[in-house]
Amino acid sequence: MARVHPVLGAFAVLVFALLLAPLVIIIGASVSDTTFLTFPPQGLTLHWFERLFEIAAFRRTMITSFLLAVGGTGLSLLIGIPAAYALARWRGGLPAFLPNVFVLPVLIPEIVLGFSLMKSVATGLGLPIIAALLVGHAVLVLPYCVRVVGASLNQFDFSIEEAAVSLGCPRWRAFFSVVLPNVRAGVIAAFILAFITSINDVSVSIFLTGPGVSTLPIQILAHMEQFFDPVIASVSVLLMLVTVGVMAIVEFTLGLTFLTK
Amino acid sequence: MSGRAIAWTLALPATLLVVLALGLPVLATFLTTLTSEGGAVANYSGFFTSAFRRTVLWRTFEVAAITTLLSVLIGFATAWVVAKAPGQLKSLLIIAAVFPLLTGAVVRSFAWMVILGKNGILNGLLLKVGAIAEPLSMLYTEGAVIVAMVYLFVPLMVLTLVGVLEAIPQDLTEAAASLGATPAAAFRQVVLPLAVPGLIVGAVLVFTGAFTSYVTPQLLGGERQMMMGTFLYQQAMITFDWPRASTIAAIMTVVTLVTVWAMSRLARRLNPVAG
Repeated sequence: MARVHPVLGAFAVLVFALLLAPLVIIIGASVSDTTFLTFPPQGLTLHWFERLFEIAAFRRTMITSFLLAVGGTGLSLLIGIPAAYALARWRGGLPAFLPNVFVLPVLIPEIVLGFSLMKSVATGLGLPIIAALLVGHAVLVLPYCVRVVGASLNQFDFSIEEAAVSLGCPRWRAFFSVVLPNVRAGVIAAFILAFITSINDVSVSIFLTGPGVSTLPIQILAHMEQFFDPVIASVSVLLMLVTVGVMAIVEFTLGLTFLTK
Repeated sequence: MSGRAIAWTLALPATLLVVLALGLPVLATFLTTLTSEGGAVANYSGFFTSAFRRTVLWRTFEVAAITTLLSVLIGFATAWVVAKAPGQLKSLLIIAAVFPLLTGAVVRSFAWMVILGKNGILNGLLLKVGAIAEPLSMLYTEGAVIVAMVYLFVPLMVLTLVGVLEAIPQDLTEAAASLGATPAAAFRQVVLPLAVPGLIVGAVLVFTGAFTSYVTPQLLGGERQMMMGTFLYQQAMITFDWPRASTIAAIMTVVTLVTVWAMSRLARRLNPVAG
């Protein structure tokens, strides 16, 4: 192992402690038997988790957020994978600027996207709230779908697909049984990055949610404005559990070191 | 069907989504700033002649710049240690950085509200040890926003830079050492130049993310420390002044695009590998 200066090592330990401490504080505050947020917890209770599920708005928005993340990501993959495939397979046949088009949702500030969608699509076209949210989240996560799947496709040797086709396999079947299984890792990675982006999104959703339809992060902000109580800590812990679940999926399918690449 | 036709058919739905759900709406926002009452001159000169709006813009620049600088310094030092750590420990440290990264901005900013609040954990701690007699007002200050933003972006910086540092071949530093370079010289003349393009990429992500953020300024800065993101929301959804909100949106977009463009040019120029 290469040498690390002890001062630098100690500094890194401090950084990691500070990275995790706020999250530990939230976990502690969520089980505290007090009506206010405190750490270390005084007493031990799951009351605040119970309370969380008693609030209808939280129950509703949890379901909405989950369905929206699955739906928006699904829609985005459904149109993003063919686009990535077209770009990898027939680069010469498509205009050179096309790959840049799919980076635009990352370049344009999220909050500008949210505001513009609200103005033009939600209010302008009168799209129902849930449809506007679905479109907003789909376009927001499209770069992950196109670029991450695209990175996998660029590693793929298309002569294998050609071999299948020349042996009589129909093109569409060659795609599903030869190409797709080989870029599985890219699809999983894209799904995970898109899902987590969607479920945590505020900047786009805050402009598009409206009476009756909201997402979990927006509901948390709304609750916070009125009550600064341990319910917020308990819902935060729930979101951390989602993160843990997602990380477990990454670890089992791709290995977490994938995230430093 | 020709290959070209197939390619277009496959790429069309995704292209249409970007054009219809992003391109045209954002273009419409820009058009609003040019065609609304008084035209472009009134909208933009109105923005820059108002002392309050200039303050908001300047504060946003300042917070984003300080956040970027701190994130780069902390992130680089930490990534250095992570990259040099032995296998098992390294995986553990990467998990410890990924976990906050994947946890949303709402949860992470909320944590700092609990820590920095008037009856918060830090005040409680300081009162207990007798360092202060009265609780300090730390929330709704520029410092609170910066602390929470650095917290938000350090994991991103660490993970980006671990990748960058690992891509630098070990042979290079060994070669430098065998040619008589001190560790400090090898770092300055070999490692740093190779890490600079990655550092710039990371810095751009942090700067644009901080410049356009909404949640952290909203929760830790509030009305008192209005930034461009919270200002845009306020104008759009509370005062319903869409031309003014569009002007803020246009300025944010231009700043972001110019930063990305200028910095990626700089990164290419400074890349010792590409020459």
